[in-house]
Amino acid sequence: MIPYGRRLKFAFRTFFSILDFSRIPDDVAEAMVKKEEAAAPEEPVAAPSGPDPADRALQVLALFQREGRLVDFLMEDLAAYSDAQIGAAVRDVHAGCRRALERYLSLEPVIDDEEGRPVTVERGTDPARVKVVGNVAGTPPFTGVLRHRGWDATRVELPPLADAGRSILAPAEVEVA
Amino acid sequence: MHHRFVAGIDLGTTNCALAWSDARREGEPGIHVQDIPQVVNPGEPARLPLLPSFLFIPGEMDFPSGSTALPWDPAPQQIVGELARRRGAENPSRLVASAKSWLSYGAAARTEAILPWGAPPEIPHLSPVEASSAYLDHLRAAFDHDVAAGDAQAGLAEQDILLTVPASFDEAARELTLQAAHAAGLRDVTLLEEPQAAFYAWLDAAGAEWRRQVRVGDLVLVCDVGGGTTDFSLIAVAEQDGDLVLERVAVGEHILLGGDNMDLALARRLQGRLEADGHRVDTFQLQGLWHQSRLAKEALLTDPSTRERPVTLLGRGSRLIGGAISTLLTIDDVSEVLLDGFFPGVGSGEMPARARRLGLQELGLPYAADAAVTRHLARFLSRQAAGGTGVTAPIRRGASGMACPTHVLFNGGVMKAPALRARLVDVLSGWLKGEGFEPVRELASADLDHAVARGAAYYGRARGGRGIRIRSGAPRSYYVGIESAMPAVPGMPAPLKALCVVPFGMEEGTSAAIAGLEFGLVVGEPAEFRFLSSTVRKSDPPGALIEDWGDEIEELDPLEVTLALDGGEDSTIPVTLESRVTEIGTLELWCVARGGTPRWKLELNIRQ
Repeated sequence: MIPYGRRLKFAFRTFFSILDFSRIPDDVAEAMVKKEEAAAPEEPVAAPSGPDPADRALQVLALFQREGRLVDFLMEDLAAYSDAQIGAAVRDVHAGCRRALERYLSLEPVIDDEEGRPVTVERGTDPARVKVVGNVAGTPPFTGVLRHRGWDATRVELPPLADAGRSILAPAEVEVA
Repeated sequence: MHHRFVAGIDLGTTNCALAWSDARREGEPGIHVQDIPQVVNPGEPARLPLLPSFLFIPGEMDFPSGSTALPWDPAPQQIVGELARRRGAENPSRLVASAKSWLSYGAAARTEAILPWGAPPEIPHLSPVEASSAYLDHLRAAFDHDVAAGDAQAGLAEQDILLTVPASFDEAARELTLQAAHAAGLRDVTLLEEPQAAFYAWLDAAGAEWRRQVRVGDLVLVCDVGGGTTDFSLIAVAEQDGDLVLERVAVGEHILLGGDNMDLALARRLQGRLEADGHRVDTFQLQGLWHQSRLAKEALLTDPSTRERPVTLLGRGSRLIGGAISTLLTIDDVSEVLLDGFFPGVGSGEMPARARRLGLQELGLPYAADAAVTRHLARFLSRQAAGGTGVTAPIRRGASGMACPTHVLFNGGVMKAPALRARLVDVLSGWLKGEGFEPVRELASADLDHAVARGAAYYGRARGGRGIRIRSGAPRSYYVGIESAMPAVPGMPAPLKALCVVPFGMEEGTSAAIAGLEFGLVVGEPAEFRFLSSTVRKSDPPGALIEDWGDEIEELDPLEVTLALDGGEDSTIPVTLESRVTEIGTLELWCVARGGTPRWKLELNIRQ
């Protein structure tokens, strides 16, 4: 808050400045605006940042990295290695990621049937749930062969988001003797 | 005594479990195994069926702040449970593990802050008693939060608690376990032996059927191989007033040999194989190898059709594949290392190597010199199972004098593997055949992780009249050391005689006066009595004076008493000794003046 004495001076100067010169003195204008701006930025920093969907996405990647080292695997250049080398390492990555998947999510097939069997796509089916490929002319209902059962996440149970460091997928590791 | 809940607590070397029964429920109250809230990863609390017996002392760089919060404590000073175990694998100098094994190790200063063993002095240390107390405190807080849910009357501190200890724990280890329980706020605590608890769990599962599965004269061997210890007990089925009764007739020694030794042996073999291939395996990778070989071993033991499993150590940096090294664990490895190394087929007369040496140097505990569980079993059946006057039920024996069980009940995490159980049954049956008996029958055990906790809760209910009880009593015979009145020879310790004060099998709630031997103690001055015990001698009555006992009697921590008498300073009072076995499973030794009063209690001097 600007002290009273100064406000008094500002008020009189502004009065006469507008009366005589049709303008507000520059330094007064600056002093008033700066104080306001100074007050504003404090708010967003003080309030806790709400759950940003990007944070949850990063959290899932971080969990797969911690349990299965998925990010290390994706970031590595596979061209240099033989299938056998990749295979041996990937078994572990798979095991860890699978564990994480089962702990934090439940996945069910969209269409719970054997792939290769005939299915009917009814009228009114949401294209987000069932993708129709091939000779798709006309309108549903369609009869076709199930090629992929689809995956639907029926349960998501992620741990609470950390307060800080949400962009860190994996901390750097330093070994101390 | 109107406790609402009866709770059984398994304070294990590697994992703790909690089971309880609500006496206020209508009809037959079941026994519930409690899932225990704990932090699993930083910022991720969860409820798990077991509480790993690990404690981690966090430093500044171990966890982001606030990520170790529990439902009842937003900022714990020490971490207990799964997170402690995981982080401890990455930062072992701050991890307290195997506190229970330290509790039983008499040569260590068990009430001093010695753990983490070998850690640098800047890390705050705790005693094995404090660590055990921390686990019990966590269980108490978990119960209060989830079951009592704010009702102070229903809190665990107000309930009837059955806390299990290995049957082979000596009096000092039992006393220290009780101290840990009291320090965690648990008051009405009774100690119960783990093999008995396992048998109670079987009784609970068998229900009324149990009388059809065993008969009078049967002898059940309880074989408990856990993460850190191997514990044997024998329970005999006898008859009284036309009804079947159970009596615990023999208890083995405390053997520091368990699943952890086995997993490490497998990991070492794989390490050897990797190094022969030209790879280097450092201590960090050995940890990973330990964990991986345990998983591979479990897969091989549960599915006999798999011949081998790949074990891969991923590269430590971002070069996951480039730095990976892998090898195979084959069924032959498991056969050779586990079956032949730890469960070899041996003759019933083979004895284990006796010398106790500091096996794993960095761990400091006296791991068993001989890794063969079967040899320890042979020794148990021949030696500890020797009968005595303290035992009323008959023990079936072979011509060689070896106790011959009719049934075997397995307990402990290691015995989850069918191949290991089958091997023990084979070896035992071989011995029985040699003695002219039928093969041993295996009693079905379910839920090996929680059997001890369940059985303890069952026993708690049985005490209230709702179930059958196993008669036990003092698990060892105890003696007080008397120095013989021979002329002192410089440099040679005076020969010691052992005065039996507690005979094996002395019943709970009874006392024995040791007449005929008086000691003159000076009022105001502390007096020390040497204290010894035997797991082998069963026939010594109270008052018997033993000389030349060979290795049958071993010395424990001394007993101490200071006579306090108003106005009697410096006078000498003749006292006799009186022993008592309490209902809660501990011993008491008293000095009694002529005429019965006054009396002073001797305390175990566990402080070094």
